[in-house]
Amino acid sequence: MESNKIKDFLENNAIIILLFALVVYVGLTQDGFLTMTNFFNIASNVSPRFLIALGVSGCLITKGTDLSAGRLVGLGGVLSCTLLQRVDYADKFFPNLPELPIIVVFLAVILLTGFFGLLNGIVISYLNVPPFLTTLGMQTIVYGINLVYSGATPLGGLRRDYTQIASAGINIGLPQPIKYLLIIAVVVGVFFWFLYNKTRHGKYMYAIGGNEHAAEVSGVNTVAAKLRIYSLAGVMYGFAGFLLAAKSGGASVNLGLGYELEAIAACTIGGVSTTGGIGTVPGILLGVLVFELLKTCMQFLRIDTSWQYIVQGLVIIIAVALDIRKYTAKK
Amino acid sequence: MEEYILQMKNISKSFPGVKALDRVNLNIKPGTVHALMGENGAGKSTLMKCLFGIYRMDEGEIIFNGEKVDITNTADALSRGIAMVQQEQTPILDRSIAENIFLGRFPTKKYGPLEVIDHTKLYAETDRLLKEVNMDFDSRVKLSSLSVSQMQSVEIAKAVSADAKLVIMDEPTSSLTENEVEGLFEIINKLRDNGVSIIYISHKMEEILQISDEVSIMRDGVYVGTWPAKELTTDLIIKRMVGRELTNRFPPRNNVPGEVIFEVENFTSIDPKSFKNVSFNLREGEILGIGGLVGAQRTELMEAIFGIRHIVTGKVTYKGEVLKIKRPRDAITKGIALLTEDRRATGIFGVLSVADNVGIASLDNYLDYNFVLNNKALEKVVNENIEKMSIKTPSSKTQIKSLSGGNQQKVIIGRWLANNPDVLILDEPTRGIDVGAKYEIYSIIVDLAKQGKSIIMISSEMPELIGMSDRIMVMCEGKVSGFVEGENATQENIMSLATKFM
Repeated sequence: MESNKIKDFLENNAIIILLFALVVYVGLTQDGFLTMTNFFNIASNVSPRFLIALGVSGCLITKGTDLSAGRLVGLGGVLSCTLLQRVDYADKFFPNLPELPIIVVFLAVILLTGFFGLLNGIVISYLNVPPFLTTLGMQTIVYGINLVYSGATPLGGLRRDYTQIASAGINIGLPQPIKYLLIIAVVVGVFFWFLYNKTRHGKYMYAIGGNEHAAEVSGVNTVAAKLRIYSLAGVMYGFAGFLLAAKSGGASVNLGLGYELEAIAACTIGGVSTTGGIGTVPGILLGVLVFELLKTCMQFLRIDTSWQYIVQGLVIIIAVALDIRKYTAKK
Repeated sequence: MEEYILQMKNISKSFPGVKALDRVNLNIKPGTVHALMGENGAGKSTLMKCLFGIYRMDEGEIIFNGEKVDITNTADALSRGIAMVQQEQTPILDRSIAENIFLGRFPTKKYGPLEVIDHTKLYAETDRLLKEVNMDFDSRVKLSSLSVSQMQSVEIAKAVSADAKLVIMDEPTSSLTENEVEGLFEIINKLRDNGVSIIYISHKMEEILQISDEVSIMRDGVYVGTWPAKELTTDLIIKRMVGRELTNRFPPRNNVPGEVIFEVENFTSIDPKSFKNVSFNLREGEILGIGGLVGAQRTELMEAIFGIRHIVTGKVTYKGEVLKIKRPRDAITKGIALLTEDRRATGIFGVLSVADNVGIASLDNYLDYNFVLNNKALEKVVNENIEKMSIKTPSSKTQIKSLSGGNQQKVIIGRWLANNPDVLILDEPTRGIDVGAKYEIYSIIVDLAKQGKSIIMISSEMPELIGMSDRIMVMCEGKVSGFVEGENATQENIMSLATKFM
């Protein structure tokens, strides 16, 4: 019995354990890995990705998915940049645009991406198109819209008050200030934890993932719940795009490419089940952290970027395979 | 000829934490129908899965057709002449009968170096098999156009096609009507006459006594014994199955029906093949049984009342108020509950906890500031219900799928009780539940009626319908064919109403 339990534990957490071992190895062999700077660096990379993963988690828990995530991040980033360039910047996208309040731009961005999320939800709920295909189509549409809008121009020259959202923070006496990015991630994480555990919406979401028909019979308005889930997902992508553009000081149409897969992989590593009804916010955070640590470790080990893609892809497949195994092996 | 076609000796099988089979014996004579009985969890299915190669036994030996065999997979079992008609069939709905029967072993012919499927032979062979199981169907017909019982006949034809010497039938009648059961029994008798042995697993006593030659009983993974069916009675079987005297199958009905509070008028489905012009009423504290054959549209009617299906005409009046029910939520807020027929498909949330399964329909009642769930209050109600209905679960956080069928059913009843409904519609509330748990559910139903709640209970089991109902409404082909007062109800008068328009 005991050895079985240990085996189960190892099997259920295989990826996390392996990556933990990798972190220890890299920490011991490479200089600069176990430092405060690197820690803050990882933390600010994790922040926007955590938002994307939280967004897609609702879709996954209800047995859906959202492949338009990455492209919506891109649209959110590009839109933010076009509206928040310095007035004196030579290559200004809208040369006559006055200085807009950041909050207005932020709201416009999340409303727009939230609207595309809502469209996903409408197609999935009312037209019964499978989420995989709906959001695959949306992915392409959004990319097209982004190309039409920005004309594929790389956007730079962002206002300082905008980029500071990503670079600055609150000084509490540590060697580095606590970045706003980190604070935003914590606030959004708490919001999602509350939503998933303390509201009807959360319970309905898990119920739809557990058994959609039973949820309907139990009086759950499954259509409304899915519209909320996909819209909120869209909002999170826009939010992440807004932050990512600020962080890198610019954006192009390729911003966010492939982020949906990273987010889905992080969710799966963090215990969100692809068979529906299961997933927690702390788990998702762990998943995002683990995936980000994997990438950082590979960079520190100076593994060729081409190979990094191969490893990331493998980790995604293995994570899902191990997840499915949990549910099939016990029959 | 050997005395036994199959001998299973001292079979043991353990799963983590439980000993599912403990030195079980089973001997089957050739050309007999052998009933295997026991409560859910007694180990019947596990034993059969060991025989059929789905599980590996830990200890014991199997002697089939005079030789010791070691069956490692289902294909192996089939090639030796052992076939199984599963409780839950897994047909390929979009393919033809012929393809379903011969899947994996299509007859072939050669075109030079190529081996291709011989369709002429495939269909001819299938037609012959279908005739053998009394099915008058074209072998090219898609499975999806067949009824559940017809699909089952296809499964049996598949078993016959494999030249099976032993056919295992796991609860073959659980979704059949009485007529269809008769049809199945004809097929079984035909197989028996041809020298095939049948292991027949069922919970339905009346059937067992009618069809089987011998009965073996298991209890808690242990073999109790084998008796000729002629020497057994329902009471004797139950006693040996549960290991104790069960004096009454139904609790005393001491509820007192009051005034009419719920009226259904002129319900007609949007689907012309479904229910038509159905009207009935329901008294406070009454248990109204709904009888009829499968296909009588009873489930469809109740789902329409509950807002799951669409109607062209129909009015529901509750305590003088006309209800507008467009979706389940409307019915729920008015105090109506529906326990659906198919627990797995529309009842349980398998991966969610017992607590979440209980709470889902009544979350509106546990909100602070109209928004934040009061998890403490919710937990209290959940625990009250677990206790009230003596649900056996390690904790309220246990996933519901790990509970037995009877306990799952009690959890879902608890879900509706948490909402404190006045009208409960129960669709086959004891399907697939063992004898002991059935009695508990009956007690809960009577108790609810005693508290003044009105119950509508669809049941396809005649004794249950007669034993539990104050009044029985019988449906046939989507129409109400008559009402029978509880005390006057007999199998005969219900059957004649159930077939009135056929």
